[in-house]
Amino acid sequence: MSLIEASGLCKTYQAGDIAVKAINEVSFNIDVGSFVSFVGPSGSGKSTLLNMIGCLDSPSCGQLLVAGTDVSSLNQKQAAIFRGENIGFVFQDFNLIPVLTVYENVEYPLIMVQNWAAAKRRKQVMELLDAVGMKDQANKLPSQLSGGQKQRVAIARALVTNAKLVLADEPTANLDSMTAHRVIDLMKSMREKFDTTFIFSTHDPKIMAEAEVTYTLVDGSIENKEELAS
Amino acid sequence: MMNILKIAAKNLMRYQRRTILTTLLITIGIVAVLLFISLSGSFRALMVGQITDSMLGHVQIHKKGYVASIESLPLTLNMKPAMVEKVTDYLSERDDIEAWTMRVKFGAMFSNFKETTSIRFNSIVPEMEIATSPLLPGRLIQGDRKAAFVEPGKIVIPELIAKGLKVKVGDSIVIVATNREGSVNGNTFMIRGVLEGISGPGGRDGYMHIDDARNLLRMEDNEISEVAIRLKSSKNLSKIHKEMSAYFGQFNNKAGNPAFDVHTWEKLSPFSNIAKMIDMLDVFIKVMLVAIVLISIMNVMLMAVYERINEIGTIAAIGTIPSRILSLFVTEGLLLGILGAFIGSVISFMIVYVMNVKTISFSFGRQENLVLQPTLAINEVLIISGVVILVSVLASLQPAWKASRMDPIEALRHF
Ligand SMILES: Nc1ncnc2c1ncn2[C@@H]1O[C@H](COP(=O)(O)OP(=O)(O)OP(=O)(O)O)[C@@H](O)[C@H]1O
Ligand SMILES: [Mg+2]
Repeated sequence: MSLIEASGLCKTYQAGDIAVKAINEVSFNIDVGSFVSFVGPSGSGKSTLLNMIGCLDSPSCGQLLVAGTDVSSLNQKQAAIFRGENIGFVFQDFNLIPVLTVYENVEYPLIMVQNWAAAKRRKQVMELLDAVGMKDQANKLPSQLSGGQKQRVAIARALVTNAKLVLADEPTANLDSMTAHRVIDLMKSMREKFDTTFIFSTHDPKIMAEAEVTYTLVDGSIENKEELAS
Repeated sequence: MMNILKIAAKNLMRYQRRTILTTLLITIGIVAVLLFISLSGSFRALMVGQITDSMLGHVQIHKKGYVASIESLPLTLNMKPAMVEKVTDYLSERDDIEAWTMRVKFGAMFSNFKETTSIRFNSIVPEMEIATSPLLPGRLIQGDRKAAFVEPGKIVIPELIAKGLKVKVGDSIVIVATNREGSVNGNTFMIRGVLEGISGPGGRDGYMHIDDARNLLRMEDNEISEVAIRLKSSKNLSKIHKEMSAYFGQFNNKAGNPAFDVHTWEKLSPFSNIAKMIDMLDVFIKVMLVAIVLISIMNVMLMAVYERINEIGTIAAIGTIPSRILSLFVTEGLLLGILGAFIGSVISFMIVYVMNVKTISFSFGRQENLVLQPTLAINEVLIISGVVILVSVLASLQPAWKASRMDPIEALRHF
């Protein structure tokens, strides 16, 4: 079953007089529960594509279905609600909320995005913190954590709402290679545990080898799709 | 909601110095406004109280035209008994009137047997006068304040004349007056008190018993120059004045013109202009406060939004709906406003309390040692705090709106 269906998808940016075709008519399907990476040189359109899948940006043409919803027609509020219900985000710079503790950061989507009851919330947050190995750091502030720890918390935050899909644009770019591997391993084990679909982009050849399906983007087009025999 | 408050409070604590500075600014503004209002209000109340409670009363009724020529105290414009009866009948019907007094006012010559000067007299029925002007005996700087204010043969003269003609309590003097027919008459009186002068019309008048005046002026009828009325509550002044004007407006003289004039003290005393100016200053300083709050909150919230663009992008990306982002920032402004308003009000109450414990006296015009008793009406404090809080919310709306409308991609890219 496909979680994401893209056909003839494109995105054109207007930079002054010239139109930049960041994504040029790409079509692909991503199955539920898969572990997918988009790779390619800088400027090849990885972020642009992930932003469209993540309903942060709308396509210029073509069709994009995410979890059965045509996301190109959503307005600002609808898109926010859709993201809150279906998509978790992991950012290159971790983007934890600095005034909130680890626990509160993971709890945030359950309060401010979804509306969970307090008792249920506590159980869920603790379960996720346990899953990413950050249970004993729950009361620390983000500033007291290492990069790898921050990214673990961010992964817990992305998964806490039981999102169907987690999008990670260069999640390891700010981590050393050992930590990067651990984070990717964590994402993989989370996929096993929660059956969540993970899509990430990377420059790093060692990281891209971890993906089960790897799309290579060049100049906004998919040049190559590689599947790891599992 | 609870959580929005919690997050907003945490964000305020993150930028502690800025929060303290902004709160301080609002606090100082509120303290300044409340103290100014309190002091100006007590000054106003003191002066107005003196004018209404020792001299003018709240409302005065005259024959039409009397007030216009009040400088010359024209005996020809006195109210005849028939008119006086209309007034007293009406006044005794009203239950919002505390007291009224009837005065015959006239100008005379005052002689200490060596020198002569002119003097103006209010001649009165003492009990009625004191009921209407309860502060009048308090203005005696010589003579017994507890004794009957005036008695037949015993008069009270203003300080200026006592000084100018070097007379004192117990001295005999002569008053000479011309009556409305033009005949001159003089009588000997004893000075029973010297009255401190206050600013405003009638503030330098002497007082004598109404029987003495009728004698001196050889009045056949019981004419009256003015009726001064003290209301139970001055709050209803304009309403009562309106009703009285309407009632007395229906009486016409033989020529078909209105027979009576009804004035509030405000129309009779120049101090009412000062009072109005104080009121205007009150408004002005309140507008300043609103401007201070508006600008400081807007500034601090714009800064907060600008500094947190990346964070706004994050919470927007993970699905926080725009209206919730808006309320996060508005709540921060709200908290700043509440904090400033609360601290400001508490400090103001404390300062006003201290000012009451340590008496503040001042002089105004020729009056010295006036004691201010500043008070802070809880209503006023609540209204001003409410306005400050409301303005804080309004001032943070624009920055918060900006935050809520941000494009998450742009915001996330921002550093
Ligand atoms: N907002 C924008 N306005 C104009 N052009 C843009 C905008 N965003 C992206 N582009 C252009 O679109 C193309 C694809 O950019 P994108 O950020 O998707 O690449 P990327 O593969 O993520 O690169 P990197 O590896 O450096 O992150 C680039 O040529 C970029 O300049
Ligand atoms: Mg990119």
